[in-house]
Amino acid sequence: MPATKLSKAAASDHASRVFDLDVSSLRELNQALHNLTPGSNETAWEVLHPKGSHSVAVGVDQPVSIDVRGSVGYYCGGMNSGSTIIVHGSAGPGVGENMMSGSITIKGDASQYAGATGKGGLLVIEGNASSRCGISMKGIDIVVHGNIGHMSAFMAQSGNLVVLGDAGDALGDSIYEARLFVRGKVDSLGADCIAKEMRPEHLELLQGLLDRAGVTGVKPSEFKRYGSARTLYNFNIDNADAY
Amino acid sequence: MTYRNPPTTPRKSATFDDYTLSEIRRAAATGIYDIRGAGAKRKLPHFDDLLFLGASISRYPLEGYRERCDTSVVLGSRHAKKPIELKIPITIAGMSFGSLSGPAKEALGRGATLAGTSTTTGDGGMTEEERGHSKQLVYQYLPSRYGMNLRDLRRADAIEVVVGQGAKPGGGGMLLGQKISDRVAEMRTLPKGIDQRSASRHPDWTGPDDLEIKILELREITDWEKPIYVKVGGARPYYDTALAVKAGADVVVVDGMQGGTAATQEVFIENVGQPTLACIRPAVQALQDLGMHRKVQLIISGGIRNGADVAKALALGVDAVSIGTAALVALGDNDPRWEAEYNELGTTAGAYDDWHEGRDPAGITTQDPELMKRVDPVAAGRRLANYLKVMTLEAQTIARACGKNSLHNLEPEDLVALTIEAAAMAGVPLAGTNWIPGKNGF
Repeated sequence: MPATKLSKAAASDHASRVFDLDVSSLRELNQALHNLTPGSNETAWEVLHPKGSHSVAVGVDQPVSIDVRGSVGYYCGGMNSGSTIIVHGSAGPGVGENMMSGSITIKGDASQYAGATGKGGLLVIEGNASSRCGISMKGIDIVVHGNIGHMSAFMAQSGNLVVLGDAGDALGDSIYEARLFVRGKVDSLGADCIAKEMRPEHLELLQGLLDRAGVTGVKPSEFKRYGSARTLYNFNIDNADAY
Repeated sequence: MTYRNPPTTPRKSATFDDYTLSEIRRAAATGIYDIRGAGAKRKLPHFDDLLFLGASISRYPLEGYRERCDTSVVLGSRHAKKPIELKIPITIAGMSFGSLSGPAKEALGRGATLAGTSTTTGDGGMTEEERGHSKQLVYQYLPSRYGMNLRDLRRADAIEVVVGQGAKPGGGGMLLGQKISDRVAEMRTLPKGIDQRSASRHPDWTGPDDLEIKILELREITDWEKPIYVKVGGARPYYDTALAVKAGADVVVVDGMQGGTAATQEVFIENVGQPTLACIRPAVQALQDLGMHRKVQLIISGGIRNGADVAKALALGVDAVSIGTAALVALGDNDPRWEAEYNELGTTAGAYDDWHEGRDPAGITTQDPELMKRVDPVAAGRRLANYLKVMTLEAQTIARACGKNSLHNLEPEDLVALTIEAAAMAGVPLAGTNWIPGKNGF
C-alpha cells in the first residue's frame, strides 16, 4: 500500500497509528489491520473522519486498540476477534455483528441489530440501542446504558444482555438460553420469555458485567432478570397459539 | 328371479387419493404437519420435457472421444482476487453438518476434489472433515450463523450468502431435538435435545440495499479475495437475480423447487416456489438485461440428475449447476441394500425422506455413531467422483453432437420442447414448430 497515503502521528508522545479516512480508503485501513501479526507493536490505532463509513475495522483478529473519532455506518467491528474498539460517536446497524471476542464501546447511540449473532466479547453502548439489539446472540455480552428497541434478543441463544434503561415490545421473543437484565420497564415480553428470579449468582454475574462496562452507581438489585420459559423448546400442537 | 343392478367398481377420489387420506389421518393423530427432506416429489415440468437437436447438415458435429469439448468454468471473476476455477460445471450444493454425518461430509469433499469441483458447507458451520478433504470449499453465510467465525470465513474459497432455498423459499429450518448430538449442539451454541429453529431471514439486514452493504463487509473481512455468491430460492428469479447483481454478487445461485432440503414441512416443499426449469430463463434474462450475462455467473440447482440435465441447463444460459440429493444417492443414500431396514421404518429404498429423524440406515443423514460407520468416506467419495465424471461425459457427448467444443457454447437454439408448458418455461420452440409460447405476445 502506498506509504504516502498513511499518516503516522508526528508527535513523539502519541504512539497511535492514525488513519484519516479523508485521506486513506476504507480498504487500506482494513487491510492494514488484517496485516497485523501476533506480537506486533502497532497496538494503538486511531481512525479519523469515519463520516458514517460502513465496515470500519471489520474482521480484526489481533489484540489492538482502535479509537474511531466520529460516527460509523453499518457493521463497525464486524466479527471482531480480540481487539478493543471505541467509537467516539454513534454506530449504524449491525455494530459488532458476530463478534468473537474483545470489546466494542459506542460512546453514542447504536442503530438496529447491535451485536447480532455475537459469539463472545463485550459490546457496550453508552447511549440507546434501536430494535433487535442482541438478536440471535450466541455468547456475546451486551451492556446498554440507555434504552433498547422492540424485538431485542429475538431468538437469543446464549450470553447476557444488560439494559440500564427501558426495553421495547416483544423482548426476548423465542429466546433460548441467553440471560436478559433490564433495570427499567419492559413494554412487553415476547413468546416464551418470562421474568425470572434474581438469585445470588445472577447478582454476582451482573455486577461483573456492570464493572466491565464501566457502569458505576448502579446496583444489580435494581434489575429484573428475564429468560426462557422453555415451553417452546420442543414442538407441541397444544402450543400452536404461541406461533 | 329378482333383478339386481350390477355392482359398480369402487372408485377412489382423485382429489382424496390414498396418500392424501393417509396425510389427513396422520395429521389428526399427531397434531403436527409432516416434516421431511428430499425436496418436491410431485411431477413438475422438468428437463425431461426438452430435447436436443443434434447436428446433421445445418450444423456440424464434433467427433465423440476425439475432439475436445471443454468443461471448465471460472466462478467469481467479477470482483474477487481469487475466483473459483473448476474442471467441471457441476458443484456440490450446501448440505449441513448436523443434517449429514461427518463421514458423509468427508465423502462429499473427497468425491468433489477427485472430480475437480467444489463442495459447500451448510447450516451447521464448517467441519474439519469437509475443509480437510475439499480442495475448494464454499462457506455458506446463513441466517442462523451457526458456527460462523472469522477463521472459517478466511479458510473458505468462496462465500455463499444464502437468502433462500428452492425447497422452501422464505422458510427457515427445523432440526428436531432427537438429532442433536453433543457435537452438533456445541457447533450451534444450543442445548442438546431441543428443536433447533433456523431463522428464515438474516438477523442483521433486511432489503437489497442492506445486502449490498453486507456483501461489502464480507469482502472487507476477506480482503476482496473470495467470490461472493448469493443464493435464492426459485420464486421470483428475474427480480432476485437482478437485485443480487445490483448488490454486488459475483455469482448468483438460483435453486428451483425440486431442490432438496433436510427437514421442512411437506406442504411447503410441494407448494412454494417454481420448478427449476421455469427459473432459468428469467434469471438469464435478468443478467442479459443488465449486461452481466457471463460476467456474473449463474448456478442453477434443483433436481439435476444426469448429463442431459446439465447440458440443457447450460444451453439455457447457466454457467454451472449444483447437485444435492443426487450426490447423496451417489454416496449410497436410499440404497436397496438397506431395504429391510427401510421397511422397518415404514418406507422403502428410494422413498426414504425422514432425514430429520436421524435413523438413516445408509448412515448419511444421521448423527448416530453406529449408523455413521456404514459410510466409508473413501469408497463413497469414489462413487461420487465416478458419478460426477459420468455426468460430465454425458453432457460432453451431447454438446459434441450439437457441434460445440465447449459445454458453455450450448445455446437455446439447440433445444426444442415436448410440451407447451416446457416450451413456455424454457423459451424454446415446441418440437416440430417454430412456436415459443409467450413470445411476441402469443
